[in-house]
Amino acid sequence: MSSLGKHYEDGEVIVHQGENGNCMYVIQEGTVDVIASADGRELHLRSLGANDFFGEMALFEGETRTATIRSNGPSQILTIDKKSLLGGIHEDPSLAFRILQTMSYRIRDLTERLARCEEET
Amino acid sequence: MVALDGLSLFGSASGDLSPGSDRTLVDGSRVAVIGAGPAGSMFSYFLLNMAGTIALDIDVDLFEPRLFSHCGPAGCNHCGGVVSESLVQRLATEGIALPDSVVQRGLESYTLHMDVGDVEIATPMHERRIAAIYRGNGPRESEPLKSQSFDGFLQQLASKKGANLVHRLVTGVRSDADRMRVDCADGFSDVYDLVVLASGVNSRLEKDIEESGAQFRRPNRIKTFICEFKLGQDVIRETLGASMHVFLLDIPRLEFAALIPKGDYVTLALLGDDVNEELMDRFFSAPEVRNCFSGGRIPKHVCHCYPRMNSGGAKPPFADRMVMIGDCGTTRLFKDGIGAAYRAAKAAARTAVFHGVSAADFEKHYLPMCQKVEVDNRYGRVLFGVASLVQRARFARRGVLHMTVSEQGKSERPKRMSDVLWDLFSGSAPYREVFLRTLRPAYIADLLRHLVAGNIGSSRIDGNPAAGKEGERYDTH
Repeated sequence: MSSLGKHYEDGEVIVHQGENGNCMYVIQEGTVDVIASADGRELHLRSLGANDFFGEMALFEGETRTATIRSNGPSQILTIDKKSLLGGIHEDPSLAFRILQTMSYRIRDLTERLARCEEET
Repeated sequence: MVALDGLSLFGSASGDLSPGSDRTLVDGSRVAVIGAGPAGSMFSYFLLNMAGTIALDIDVDLFEPRLFSHCGPAGCNHCGGVVSESLVQRLATEGIALPDSVVQRGLESYTLHMDVGDVEIATPMHERRIAAIYRGNGPRESEPLKSQSFDGFLQQLASKKGANLVHRLVTGVRSDADRMRVDCADGFSDVYDLVVLASGVNSRLEKDIEESGAQFRRPNRIKTFICEFKLGQDVIRETLGASMHVFLLDIPRLEFAALIPKGDYVTLALLGDDVNEELMDRFFSAPEVRNCFSGGRIPKHVCHCYPRMNSGGAKPPFADRMVMIGDCGTTRLFKDGIGAAYRAAKAAARTAVFHGVSAADFEKHYLPMCQKVEVDNRYGRVLFGVASLVQRARFARRGVLHMTVSEQGKSERPKRMSDVLWDLFSGSAPYREVFLRTLRPAYIADLLRHLVAGNIGSSRIDGNPAAGKEGERYDTH
């Protein structure tokens, strides 16, 4: 396991849907599942691997976490402080470029999935 | 040899700035980066990354005569080797995760040693976010099996982005019409649209520029001492753990000293005014230092050096088609030099890609970052000055220790002194921010209270399991 960050065991929840968020996370090693809960059902949205990040939406929106993140197997996760991240972006806006790029990919992916759902129904 | 076209090349010094618009990087432009330490490799990486976003096709030659796969001095850039908490986070956000092979040890705390006692200050997030690394591939005679040099890792990143690694020693930089010519020891010579000097603070090139008559002053430098002890993983786990050990000792001319555990080795970094044998003897004789080693015996070091450190930036750190980054430009005082190299590399790359490569462009878009660091370093000098006073005043040391131990013992208590010490030792926050925190009434009131409490008899800290060890060693006499 990676020397940096915090260790999570298989099945351990890193972020709970609905809680307030004051940090973002970057996966150093391992895989996590992104799970949204609605009407008592769990929906697996995607899996994320090494170098992927999550938890950024709550930082930018100031809202609660939109999904639960659960470790799939052992994982090592690095926490990025809100102050460190937002302060860094103010100092160097290009720091947000990769986040914007990834969020853009995710919106594109969700749009395509939504379109497929519409077609199926 | 350095020959630049007169003083006007150094725009800010002469006040005769050339217009920026005619000196820009275009498709096919060539950039020479001299030195593949963190500043040079990160500049190359970010330059090519940013150029890629606007489909700008440029060539980058990254000159570095050393091979970072070598152990000992041949592959080393002589440095304590700590990647700060803030830089670990920035790099992770950029998508640059430091692999296990590079991180010799993830550090989760700082242990402050003083003659009045010790205290362990845990990382604010209780997470390993400081990376102990080797700039080369380990000390002399070490086994380069699993470890990878930090500088080598960054060099590979730059190479994967498209930088050409050139294993040549650059001996001269000179103007050639409206471009820059780079000369190497083996006779190689070529012209470039931009030269980036990232050759460190001990570079001969900067000395040549200074002596060429140009209005340029290379950085001020102070001598440091760095050595490596081979202790083995098990001994390190028992004696030092995953903690960086820093010393505030009442030894004349000693500014700062730290023991940094890494794999089988421990690095000692010692800063001071005119570091010499006498200073080192006094340091190694101190019981606080001896107690960090098994049996109180200081082993023979396997590798040592006296590198110089930048203690005041180059002026000005740019010219037409030339910019100085990292230790040969402007860096943070004493701490987080690699973090400062990252900021300078990005600022210089942004300027070159999106604005231009004239002295006017660098003055407008790169210099503000350097000035911000210089201003912050002034606050740093004040803070380190106060730390020197604390080093020399026993009652102050007792107050600081008392306040820190009591904060570390109670998780719900505001960690005012702990945070100040953490940020001062780790370089995680700007010095200005740390300085302003020490002016807050709550901090001053707390400190006064602990100065009193720490200097009267019944000062042991109760209900502090984490600090039990420190409590035992806390000296109340």
